[in-house]
Amino acid sequence: MTILVYLMPVALFLGALGLTGFLWALKSGQYEDLDGAAERILRDDKPER
Amino acid sequence: MSCCAPSAELALDLTSTTSVLPSSQEIRLASRSLGDNLWQTDLSVPTVHCAACIQAIETALGRLDRVEGARVNLSTKRVAIRWRGDSVPPFVAALGRLGFQAHLFEADADKKDKTLAELIRAVAVAGFAAGNIMLLSVSVWSGAEGATRDLFHWVSALIAIPALAFAGGIFFRSAWNALRHGRMNMDVPIAVGVSLAYAMSLYETINHGDHAYFDASVSLLFFLLIGRTLDHVMRERARTAVKGLSQLAARGAMVQRGDGARDYLPVGEIEPGMRLLIAAGERIPVDGKIIQGASDLDCSLASGESTPKNVAPGAAVQAGVLNLTGPLTIEATAAAKDSFLAEMVRLMEAAEGGRARYRRIADRVSALYAPVVHLTALVTFLGWMAATGDWHRAMTIAIAVLIITCPCALGLAVPIVQVVAARRLFENGIMVKDGSAMERLATIDIAVFDKTGTLTLGQPRLVNASSIDPAMLAVAADLAAHSRHPFSKAIAGFATPGGQHKFRAVTEHPGFGIEATDAGNTWRLGRRGWAGWKARTGGEGKHGYGGTVLTKNGMIVASFAFEDALRADAGSVMAQLNDAGVSVEMLSGDTADVCGDVARILGIDRFVPALPPSGKVERIEMLTKAGHKVLMVGDGLNDTPALGAAHVSIAPATAADIGRNAADFVFLRESLSAVPLALDVSRKAGRLMRQNIAIAIIYNAVAVPIAIFGHVTPLIAAVAMSASSLLVIGNGLRLQGFMLAELTRASSATHSGIHPSARSS
Repeated sequence: MTILVYLMPVALFLGALGLTGFLWALKSGQYEDLDGAAERILRDDKPER
Repeated sequence: MSCCAPSAELALDLTSTTSVLPSSQEIRLASRSLGDNLWQTDLSVPTVHCAACIQAIETALGRLDRVEGARVNLSTKRVAIRWRGDSVPPFVAALGRLGFQAHLFEADADKKDKTLAELIRAVAVAGFAAGNIMLLSVSVWSGAEGATRDLFHWVSALIAIPALAFAGGIFFRSAWNALRHGRMNMDVPIAVGVSLAYAMSLYETINHGDHAYFDASVSLLFFLLIGRTLDHVMRERARTAVKGLSQLAARGAMVQRGDGARDYLPVGEIEPGMRLLIAAGERIPVDGKIIQGASDLDCSLASGESTPKNVAPGAAVQAGVLNLTGPLTIEATAAAKDSFLAEMVRLMEAAEGGRARYRRIADRVSALYAPVVHLTALVTFLGWMAATGDWHRAMTIAIAVLIITCPCALGLAVPIVQVVAARRLFENGIMVKDGSAMERLATIDIAVFDKTGTLTLGQPRLVNASSIDPAMLAVAADLAAHSRHPFSKAIAGFATPGGQHKFRAVTEHPGFGIEATDAGNTWRLGRRGWAGWKARTGGEGKHGYGGTVLTKNGMIVASFAFEDALRADAGSVMAQLNDAGVSVEMLSGDTADVCGDVARILGIDRFVPALPPSGKVERIEMLTKAGHKVLMVGDGLNDTPALGAAHVSIAPATAADIGRNAADFVFLRESLSAVPLALDVSRKAGRLMRQNIAIAIIYNAVAVPIAIFGHVTPLIAAVAMSASSLLVIGNGLRLQGFMLAELTRASSATHSGIHPSARSS
């Protein structure tokens, strides 16, 4: 029973962490161009100058 | 094109007759300031396709002077460019060199992003809450008791609060809105069910009860939000694609002041009496009168006439007409809000017919469904009260009835089918702007077509190429490449590769033709009377477009005949529609002769020529009064009111901006087979929607008695709800399966239907 006192906050905290991460990614525009991101990964890096 | 075949997803058959490149003043007007002398311009580039396109565009634009950076968004097919300074760097030209056509679009893009972002955030919050509550619920179902169960219930109650407030808000607002206007929609039973379930569960939790429905109320929201978000994403994608096409309206014009100064003013600020300079290739922004210059005007979008009109000073011109060959000075006779274009918009709003009256299937069902459900719950409550006198038990059972009947499956039944159908259509180059459009299209029995630009391409095609001396045709083609007149373009399509004739001093005489010299000979391509100044001929124009000749030193060496080219497979489309039980009619602003020819070729029995815009509306209203459901297919400004009046409407991508905005469907490919395809998909989707609704109702018929007799526990509710949702989703996805075979057939026809000549420009 007492184990629940630790486990439930831990579980909820991890879940909330995932949720915040998603909301942050959404806000920072990472979902704005899904097709573009899929293609960009195939592109070579620019040569260093 | 730099990398990909243009015939893929967004193969736009816009020829350069209709696509006028935005001038740098226009771009300047459309740019927004980021402060510190930094500007951002968003351009729509419909033909970007892959990583190579992105790279080519971003590097080329980045190399331009004063450009800070460029970023392509492949999903929306747009490029955002940040730049400094006072004058606009030449990005459109740079893109043009890469083979990408760029244009400006309506800059209200920020609004839609908010709804989508809100929906996705709501899905995320509801998903988080549903997942966690479900975990706790599973422990309760598997036997947690006493203090542990109470603890789990309390934690669930806490997690549910943000989910209800944030994700549920969308439904509560919509339900409140409907109720306030005395209507019913699907959100009313959802809102009532969810909030009662929460309130009852909270009461149970406080009193150490066994059963709490926190999981039911939150996962219900989660399921419904998924359906709603998918629906929104699909429609927004179509809308963005359609918006990307808006390029036809003039945004502004060069105004010549009394003292000779020139200003570029936005359309809204142009007043009657101002003098406007219209270059060749620009659209006329407001109604006016020509003061100076001669040119040919392409009126096909405004009036439906297919032959370019020759104009001289004194002639009146309508807003929206394209100036083809020579620069013009016009005096504005009306402000933009009183111009032809605005008049069309007003006519359209006045004609707003079937669409406004139409109620979506989902709304119609829920108008019946909600009262029945609420009544059942009430009767259950009263029944148990009478039978046992235990109000707490009666209340619990009544709320269980509400939860079990909460229209989870019903809320998904319609959107899921529409999303799948819209996706199918999207892949075939047909944009659906509204979910109800498919429902409306499925019911039509008469299809009304506009002629110019819809049944025909609105651009002339050379019909006697085979009877012209190939050498002369090559000369004519090289000459014609110097002009943007539609006839020239038709001839220029016959250029022989490599065999370029070297001309010196090519000049275009607006309204007459093109003149060039080469090794002492003078060549002219144009009107018979002007080009063949030595030939004594008269009245030989026996063809519809007669009178265009090529001359060498004044002697006619070749004459050309044109015809407005029919859209590929227009004839078979008419037959397909007839087979589908839809009768076809043609309404046109063009002359009776031309209409008669087209009608004969396509086998259309009924047509009405020489109609003004309001005439088309009257005809459609007459048909509607006679009990028909009318589909209008049209592209011109003059069709716009009719597009609004019809029960449902389709426009090609080449249509005038307001027409495209008014239409429910927009098809991007050249082939008219989009119309029967859309009809077919809509009818199949309609059938599936009804099936889905039937499934949802059968589920209720089974589940409700169990609930009424008090046998529903939270576990049963969770299983029943998920099962019915999955059933409905699975049935909706069948649309993808059984349409695949037919669609591959249809899409291969669409591809082969693309005209090679349309590309040559």
